[in-house]
Amino acid sequence: MIQPGDLIASLGSWLQRFLLSLGLAPSLVSLGVALLPAILLPVISLMTAIPLIWLERKWVARLQDRIGPNRVGPFGVFQVFADMVKIFTKEDLIPQGADKIIFSLAPVLAMAGVIGVWAVLPFAADVYGVNLNVGALYVIAVGTFGMLAILLAGWSSNNKYALLGAYRAVAQLISYEVPMVLTLLVPVMLAGSMGLNDIVRAQGNGWFVFLAPLAAIIFMIAAQAEVGRAPFDLLEAESELVAGFNIEYSGMKFGFFYVAEFLHSFTFGALGATFFLGGWLGPGSETFPMLGVVYFLIKSFAVYFVFVWTRGTFPRIRIDQMINLSWKLLTPASLGLVALIAVVHRATQATPPLLQAVVLLGANLFVFFCALLVMRSMGRMARERSTAPRPGSGSGKTTDPGQGAVARPASASGD
Amino acid sequence: MALAQILFLIVAALGVLAGLMVVTVRNLLHAALWLIVALFAVAVLFAMLDAGFLAVIQVVIYIGAIAILIIFAIMLTRREALTAGPQDNRLWPVAGTLCALVFLGLAWSASNFAGAQSGPAKLPASDALVALGTALVSPDQYVVPFEVASVLLLAALIGSVAIAGDRNPSK
Amino acid sequence: MVPLSWYLVFSAALFSLGLFGVLARRNAVAILLGIELMLNAANVNLVAFWRYMAPARMGGQVFVVVVFAVAAAEAAVGLALIISFARLRGSVDADQADLLRG
Repeated sequence: MIQPGDLIASLGSWLQRFLLSLGLAPSLVSLGVALLPAILLPVISLMTAIPLIWLERKWVARLQDRIGPNRVGPFGVFQVFADMVKIFTKEDLIPQGADKIIFSLAPVLAMAGVIGVWAVLPFAADVYGVNLNVGALYVIAVGTFGMLAILLAGWSSNNKYALLGAYRAVAQLISYEVPMVLTLLVPVMLAGSMGLNDIVRAQGNGWFVFLAPLAAIIFMIAAQAEVGRAPFDLLEAESELVAGFNIEYSGMKFGFFYVAEFLHSFTFGALGATFFLGGWLGPGSETFPMLGVVYFLIKSFAVYFVFVWTRGTFPRIRIDQMINLSWKLLTPASLGLVALIAVVHRATQATPPLLQAVVLLGANLFVFFCALLVMRSMGRMARERSTAPRPGSGSGKTTDPGQGAVARPASASGD
Repeated sequence: MALAQILFLIVAALGVLAGLMVVTVRNLLHAALWLIVALFAVAVLFAMLDAGFLAVIQVVIYIGAIAILIIFAIMLTRREALTAGPQDNRLWPVAGTLCALVFLGLAWSASNFAGAQSGPAKLPASDALVALGTALVSPDQYVVPFEVASVLLLAALIGSVAIAGDRNPSK
Repeated sequence: MVPLSWYLVFSAALFSLGLFGVLARRNAVAILLGIELMLNAANVNLVAFWRYMAPARMGGQVFVVVVFAVAAAEAAVGLALIISFARLRGSVDADQADLLRG
């Protein structure tokens, strides 16, 4: 009947039988049972956000050598509920001159851009929303709604600083979308399919983080920039642009943005676990799907912990440094990586898996060292430029070691 | 009326309504947002036509890149656009009748050719995604248009930066 | 079962609306919005014919992919031109772009 090992699927079939026995039409019952995940997934994801926020605040506090919330409830576990009550009871303002419809629409789009990803995440072998065969691209597509939401929020606030913050936010998001998509190509190539379930299953021989560590690292960096977490949190830098694009938001609308941001970083943790850490794979996860869910959550929280760790460690990057990092380092590196892994993977197709893994690892290390050389020369040039005598005698023009893979635009400075 | 037909009618009505709004609203930013609705309706139609990859690519490219680019351009030229007068030029009734005639002609010919009322052909057994990928890079299929399109994109990338790039960057 | 003609009529409607946008609007960016509508209408047409007539031949989908690329390139260059023109003449009214008039 209801097996604890396969709890969710057996609950689903029990529900279907129960509804049929009540006398409802079969097509209606199947439609209802199919719609149930669509209603449950947002609820579950939002419920995950509650312990997540508490956990992050405690972790970041410990990393910063302080204690974090500890007044409201034992160890401060009810702090999140207190914050929720505060946000619910705040006045919901719409600034004068703001575009009312767009102003109210933006937080909804931001939330939609995050929850939409949960529809394709495979929690276990048979626990997923829908098995799209273009799952990896679907994740990117849903992310664009979040980008749109930020732009609309900044524009509709009728506030110069919100608009500036929105411009910089969209510039950052667009710049880091490129390395993210390129590094997502690596698991897709290694698994031979874009569907997330197939990617998880293809990691049975070895997690992709061991086969392509550089791709995992670039994906993590790009993911943090996509979400807007430190060190890339210029989007809502409280000390700089007066909270960026969500200055004018208060009350529940701000609550939407707030929860969407936390949930977004956990979602990227889940995506990193799916693409690179083997998703729900683990000893015994094929026979007991609920164990797969446990493994998946553990891995997602592990990646999320790495995100929190970087947040507590690094200082914030300036906007021009951020854009330079993406276009001049991450994009060429990931382009070269994709090309090299494509060639290497095809060349070693017929050899045993261990040799394949070693060769792929070698290719990764090669690209990594090339990137390190580039970074070293870029750092040296930046150092020379900052200590050059003023007025700059010809040292004002940046010349980069041409990476070949990036199309250099025609020089816009002199013509 | 089958479920597929009802769904198509809803999506198509939404798409046509959004298209109408795009070409008639006064506020240009609202027109861009209605364009996003129309693009999303087209993406849903692609998904209904079993072209799932194209549906996702439509969202990523059109909504995620082109529409955001258009919104940026609207925001950047807002000051110049404020001084303009009415949104439609003098000859808009002529344009309206012309477009109505074009629509009637196209709709008539679309409904009256052989095979117009037919149902969809059977899908081949192989995955359309794999077939599309093979078609794009296979030498005896469509690799030449694919490469030419990438050269076109490179030219557009260089050209747009050259045209709209900053003339006097500070250092 | 949705007949093919329904998709084609929808595509014709979208195309005519886009054509109206191109012919009747003043603002250059609004004209570009009309062009995007027309391109999308053509795409719907292509995919409908691909699905209904010859789903085994990938030429239909390849055509759509090339149209995506062309639309992106044209939107980028067109908007760059509009921004540059706005900087030059201080207006985005398409009627003001008459420097080449004889």
